[in-house]
This record gives sequence, structure tokens and C-alpha cells, in this order.
Amino acid sequence: MAAHRKSTALVVVSTALVALWVILAAFPFLWTLWGSFKVQGDFFSRSDWMNAITGPLTQEQTGGAFTGRGYWGAWIESGFWRNVMNTGIVVVCTVIISLTLGTLGGYALARSGFRYAFWLLMIALVFRAMPHITLVSGYLLPFFQWNLWGHLPTAIIVLVAINQPFTLWMLHSFFLNIPKDLDESAMVDGCTRFQAFRHVIMPVMWPGVITTGLFSFLLAYNDFAVTAMLLSSENQTMVPRIASFLGSVQQEGNVMFAVAAVVSATAPLFVLILFFQRQIVSGLTAGAVKG
Amino acid sequence: MPHRTFIWFILPSLAAMILFIALPIVSVLVQSLHVEHEQVLVTVENCGPFGCTEETRVDREATAELREAQPLGRFNGFGTYLDRGHLATQELAAAWESSESLGAFWGQVMNLPFYRALVFTLAYTFIVTPLVLILGLAIALGVNGLPRMLRGPTIFFSLLPMIVTPLIGSLVLFWMIDADGVIGATLQILFDDPDLSLKASPTLTWITLFIYGVWSSAPFAFIVFYAGLQTVPEETLEAAMIDGASRWERIRYVVIPHLMPLAVFITLMQLMDNFRVFEPIVGFQAQASATSLSYLIYSSLRGDTQQFGSAAATSMLTILGVSILLAPVLIRTWRDFNRKRA
Repeated sequence: MAAHRKSTALVVVSTALVALWVILAAFPFLWTLWGSFKVQGDFFSRSDWMNAITGPLTQEQTGGAFTGRGYWGAWIESGFWRNVMNTGIVVVCTVIISLTLGTLGGYALARSGFRYAFWLLMIALVFRAMPHITLVSGYLLPFFQWNLWGHLPTAIIVLVAINQPFTLWMLHSFFLNIPKDLDESAMVDGCTRFQAFRHVIMPVMWPGVITTGLFSFLLAYNDFAVTAMLLSSENQTMVPRIASFLGSVQQEGNVMFAVAAVVSATAPLFVLILFFQRQIVSGLTAGAVKG
Repeated sequence: MPHRTFIWFILPSLAAMILFIALPIVSVLVQSLHVEHEQVLVTVENCGPFGCTEETRVDREATAELREAQPLGRFNGFGTYLDRGHLATQELAAAWESSESLGAFWGQVMNLPFYRALVFTLAYTFIVTPLVLILGLAIALGVNGLPRMLRGPTIFFSLLPMIVTPLIGSLVLFWMIDADGVIGATLQILFDDPDLSLKASPTLTWITLFIYGVWSSAPFAFIVFYAGLQTVPEETLEAAMIDGASRWERIRYVVIPHLMPLAVFITLMQLMDNFRVFEPIVGFQAQASATSLSYLIYSSLRGDTQQFGSAAATSMLTILGVSILLAPVLIRTWRDFNRKRA
């Protein structure tokens, strides 16, 4: 079609731009992934950056082109596996609880025609904008007083609450897409509202719930402010642990431990995008398209 | 839906938000009006062979007891808000009196921790947000022109900077710009300056943080714009073409107006997220040259002596900032809502 013919120059420029962007986006991660299997002298090479790729010092010190020393040091010697387990617990619990609360609330907001539903959504938007660290400064003193500080369940429930505004908004817009007639006809047939939700809405809501769940997962997994301030050192999750690695490890010359830990923490996210790219994209746009 | 059913459905979610978002804001407000107890001083008389001397000492036990009994501290009114660490009204007035030029006054203001953080936070918010919009739109237009086969992998790699934990993303870049890292070393060679360090100069640190901000948020704008581009009305485009519009004119007068609502949405999200910039400062260890409001709160809460009052006052001022930022949006939504009902 003539309408879609473009000048060659334009195609070249826009392709070059996209190629440059892809390199900018991907290179840092691939570089760090590759470098995490080298020794520090190669990854941070003063003489020549090519050393990080070829790894002469790695060859010299370990006898192989690649070394798992950083990973051994981080996971076993520094006990990073414990932080990985904590992250697992926190993330799984946060996602399950926030989705349970969020589907109920989002469904109610989507089906209520009253003015207060709108106001609740607006308040949720304001809550969504609160910097997390300001909320943390509200928690600390009471949590110290009531001995709630430092435990995993505390962090989980706080993350669930911080997650709610976003979850409500997202699920609310997904439920708006499910035709009203569906559950209303069930109610005409004699179901209560909850039965209609349970037997008619629940079977068709999973695509929306999975997409929302992905974002709840990311929020819990990526959180630093809450987990760094509310968890004691033995209950720490991965991200604050990596942050505290920096201080201690840099002095001992074990930066590679931190590099290995960073790569370990990125790997699950990599897999997540690999499998759920479509859902992530649709989730990002869902909020935009529906306002 | 009847009110009663609505309440039961929303209750768990609402309770969580009230308990852990609304009440903490109240708690922050109360804490911000209090300040830590002063140390209890006692005067003891030491009598030795050469007569008696009076000595003032800190009574540690009594201090600890007092702090235990009233953990909130003593009431301070708005004292914390006005002290040197926050709005610093006295220091501002003094600086205004003493400095001869506006530049000198500005220099003094930038020495006050709160204003330094505020200026950085605002600069970050209002520089990164427009750049994210522009870069996101450019990538979206570029990807839209690619063959379908290449789009999937492009989106996959584009998502990485956004999805990855902010702290981890900034660390990865931090190691690369290290003097011994690949980018840092290359820059030194390029500019032929072996002492060049992106970490040493405040200006370069600010620029690094801005670049990180654009790098990590551009994918979001890109994805939203890209989805919008899939729904651009074909007929309008063709009509514009028949009327002789060039490619640029078509983008300017058809595509961009179609994407406008999305741009508003991205701007809103970006303003909220950029205003709370925090993790990159920890990751880049930039606190010496750049602090944000969130970082100020974090550093008051950390360490051996946690200054709850100070952190709470900064938090209240931050919340005020967020409200000012959100006010236009809320007012607009309120008007739209009323118009729809009328």
C-alpha cells in the first residue's frame, strides 16, 4: 500500500534509535551477568576493560575462564540463601493476601454506582502517591512500642496495605470490563451477591487477577524502603541485604559477592518477563486506556 | 449494589488502608509535633582533699527512664518544622539579611539540608518526567516501524530497566561508571583525564541520577505509547495523507492528539514516582552531592540515634508537596465527575 511507504532515511534513523535503546537497556545487565563469573580484578579492571570479557586474572587465579567464587561467597559464606528464603515468604504472602483483599474490594467498587465509590478511588489515588518512606516513619515508633518491629508478618501486612490502592484501581478497571449482566442474571436466578461473585465472576476473572498479581509481586520484590526499615537483620530480604553488603563487602575486597547477589536477585525478574511479557504490557496499558 | 453488601466486600481492603496508610499519616503528624527528651542533668558535689567542686553530669539512668516512660518525647509544637534541619526560618532570614546578591543568598540556602533535598527532588521530578515522555514516544514510534518479528524481543529487553529493582538497577550502573568499571574507564580515556570521576563532582552526580531516572522510566512511557499507537485511527491518517500532510505533520496533528490522554496519564504517574526518588541515591552512594526528601527521612530514621521527630516533620512536608503536586489532577477529576452527573 502506497500509504505505508516510508523514506529509507527515516527507516534507518528510527531503526538505529531502537537498536541504540535496546543496547542501552540490555547491555548493563548482560555485562554484569558475564562479569559476575570473573574475579574482581577483571570485572573492575583498571588497565583494560576487555579484561572483563577475556578474564586473564580469572584464568590466573582460578585456573578456569569462569569462576563461581562470587556466588559461593554470597550464597554460602555470607548466608544470602536465608535472605532469598525471606524474600520468597514475603513476596508469596503479600501477593496472595493483596489479591484476595483486592478482588473483593475492586469488584465492589466496579459494581457500586454510588458517589462514595468514586471518592474511595480518589482517596486510593492519593494514598498511592504517598512516598513509602513517609509511611515507614509513621510505623517505626508504634511498632517498637508494641514489639511488632523486625518480624516478617509485619512487613507482609504493611506491604499488602501499601499495595492496596494500586490493586484496587487495577482490578476495579478489570471488573468494569466484565459485563454487569453476567452476575446480575445470576442474582435474578436467586444467588446472593457473594454467590454470584463466587460462581459467575471468579471463573472469568483470572486474566485480570494474574496481571494484577504480577505487579503486586514486583512491588513486594522490589521494595527497599519498607523491608530495609522494618525487618531485623536476621529477617532481612534480598534487596536491603544487598544494600548492607555494599558497606561491609567493599572494605573486605569482596565486591564480587555483591555482584553475584545482584545477579541472583535479577534472575527471577528476567524469567518473569520471559513468561509474562504479554500480561505485563497489558497491565501497564490497562490503567492508561481506562483513565 | 446495596450499601451493606458494598461494606462487606470492601471492608478488608479498606481496613488495611486505614490501619497502615491513614493512621500512619496521623502518627507522623503527632510525632512531628514532638521532639526527643533532653538529657537529664544532675549536679553533683565532688568533695576531695582539696575542697569541693560542683559538677554537672548526664544522669543516664534517669534519661533512659524518662525516654522509656514517654517514648514520643516532649511536645515541641512546630519547633521541629522551623529548625535548621527543616524550614530553617531563622537561618533564611539571617541569610537574606547578610547576603548582598541573590546568588550569595542562594548559596546559603543550598547549604540547608531541607532546601538542598527539595531542590534536588524538584529538579529530578521536572527534568526526568518530560525526558521520559519524549524518549518513550521516540522509541514507541521506532518500534512501531519495525517488522513484527523484531517487536517482541525489543519489548522484552526494553522492559528490563523498568522491572528490575531500582536499587539493583542503580547498583549495576554504579559499578559500570566506577573509575575501574567499563563506562568510567572509557570516559577517562575519551576525555584523556585519568582523574575524571562521575562520583566526585556534584553536577556530574546529578546528571548521572537524571540519566538513571530516564533510563529506568522510559520503558513505561514507551509501552503505554506503543499500545496507544496500535489504536490510532487508520481513516484519519489516510485522510490526512490525501490532504497532503507530510509524515511529520501526520504525527503532529493526528498521532500526538490521539496519544494526549496517555501522555497525561504517564505524566501523572511519573510525577508521583519521581517525587519519591530514593533508591538511586542509596545505590549510587550519592548522598554527599544529592539528597532527596525521601532520603532525608531515611537518614533521620537510621543510625544509632533515630530522630523520629525530625523524620516525621520532613515526612509531613513531603506529604504536603505530594498534595500540591496532585491537587490539579484531583480538581480536574472532581469537575469531570460533577459534569458527568449533571
